[in-house]
Amino acid sequence: MGQVKTEAWNGPGEALDVARVREDFPILGESVHGKPLVYLDNAATAQKPRSVIERVARYYETENSNIHRGVHRLSEQATRAYEDARGAVRRFVNAAQDREIVFVRGATEAINLVARCYGGANLEAGDEVVISAMEHHSNIVPWQIICQEKGAILRVIPIDDRGDVVMERYHRLLGPRTRIVALPHVSNALGTVNPVKEMIADAHRQGIPVLVDGAQGAPHAAVDVRDLDCDFYAFSSHKMYGPTGVGVLYGKAALLEAMPPYQGGGDMILTVSFEATEYNALPYKFEAGTPNIAGVIGMGAAVEYLTGLGIEAVSAHEDRVLAYAVERLAGVSGLRFVGTPARRASLVSFVFGDVHAHDIGTILDQEGIAVRTGHHCAMPVMDRFGVPATVRASFACYNTEAEVDVLAEGLEKVRRLFDGV
Amino acid sequence: MSDLRDLYQELILDHNRKPRNFGPLADANRSARGVNPLCGDKVAVHLHVEDGRVTGVSFEGTGCAISIASASVMTESLKERSCDDARELFERFHRMVAADDGAGSAEAGMGKLAAFAGVRDYPARVKCATLAWHTLRAALDGEDKAVSTE
Repeated sequence: MGQVKTEAWNGPGEALDVARVREDFPILGESVHGKPLVYLDNAATAQKPRSVIERVARYYETENSNIHRGVHRLSEQATRAYEDARGAVRRFVNAAQDREIVFVRGATEAINLVARCYGGANLEAGDEVVISAMEHHSNIVPWQIICQEKGAILRVIPIDDRGDVVMERYHRLLGPRTRIVALPHVSNALGTVNPVKEMIADAHRQGIPVLVDGAQGAPHAAVDVRDLDCDFYAFSSHKMYGPTGVGVLYGKAALLEAMPPYQGGGDMILTVSFEATEYNALPYKFEAGTPNIAGVIGMGAAVEYLTGLGIEAVSAHEDRVLAYAVERLAGVSGLRFVGTPARRASLVSFVFGDVHAHDIGTILDQEGIAVRTGHHCAMPVMDRFGVPATVRASFACYNTEAEVDVLAEGLEKVRRLFDGV
Repeated sequence: MSDLRDLYQELILDHNRKPRNFGPLADANRSARGVNPLCGDKVAVHLHVEDGRVTGVSFEGTGCAISIASASVMTESLKERSCDDARELFERFHRMVAADDGAGSAEAGMGKLAAFAGVRDYPARVKCATLAWHTLRAALDGEDKAVSTE
């Protein structure tokens, strides 16, 4: 990460034994419409390895209880497992302290938390928030809501025809009224890997904090929040082989300390009376109520799984499959990529003749192929490229070049059904 | 591919390639817009209604083959029907594609619209087939607000 000159995102890693990796994922043995499942919708959610599934089951079977409360054995065990997961996640992103890891429902909630608590406390009328033209709706709408409330202005960094941010325009947008910058690490609709380290340094020179939406970043390459020097990093468990309904907000301790709480309730307090409440320390100040204990423990298992494979090896493998996909699909006549960024990770987005993405999705499904079709919760990106929808094939550690071939053959079936393309 | 041919019948592919009654309607006195937020499909249905009858109809929009063809065949099926008839036809069409009353019986007497019966085997596509119809109903009801399939 941060080696902008190399085409591969993370450089060469130890080779992954994909056949063995595939055996770790029970669902990959399933058939769809009588065909072997070819799962290429990993940017929506990744499949779960047996170790995660079993860890969640083991929690419910042998450890289930509430955390940070009981003095009984089960509660102690569950609390330890939950906090161990926090430690695993902290090491995974190389944060300095466990208390900088806040468990939330997902990347979406993490961004909402920052917009609500940081934006709520720091934005005034006329202030500005800078985002990019390639955002997922989850990094647009929370900012729109808080900007409307505060009379602040949302500024958008344009992207070029390849799907890269226009850096010179970014620099011009940063100004004395900019209160925060929010950027995707990797675009979910285009696959663009943004030069976030450089963009963070640019903002910091003017004293502006930066949130990175890492929903598509954390699953695919080593993230080092201290090397990036980001102020906030938001990501979801379920896109990195963990359970749904849990995610992480990393935040620098000093910023989190200064922010008001997000929700009120149990666990986020030290003392409560009807006159006043004293809030708990980080990270508990932001974890009101009983959290998704099983989900967090499952996420810990997912992080362990990824670490066991070696994130560099995963990254190198995905880059290889991606490079093959770009080459193979470029040879499919009538196919046009939407987004050809300088650095790309883990996915391709494309249109095929004038056949609508939904029709392609239905036909591919009959071949057992799962792809995402539609606007990918990034309507402004679709508008920018003048298409209503795209087909997106996104890759994970268990995908193979052979599956890319199945996809390409599936597209030929689309062509036959729609009489040419 | 035989299964897919049940969905993508020749009539549907043809109406997708060459949508009928596509474009604005000069003397429209009722219009409505519809969106499917799931996929971003958009459609506008324009009507000329006189004495409780649909005397002119057109549609505009972007969408998949199922939604464009459905809108196109819908416009062909509506002309010179009474507004009540048109509403009734929507109900029958909806029953057919959503398979509310079992497969097979619903397409009787539906004419070209019966080509969409195959949609019931693809639950994710029912909204594609009904978007134009929901929009039609909004236009008949004189609703200005965009309708949604959600």
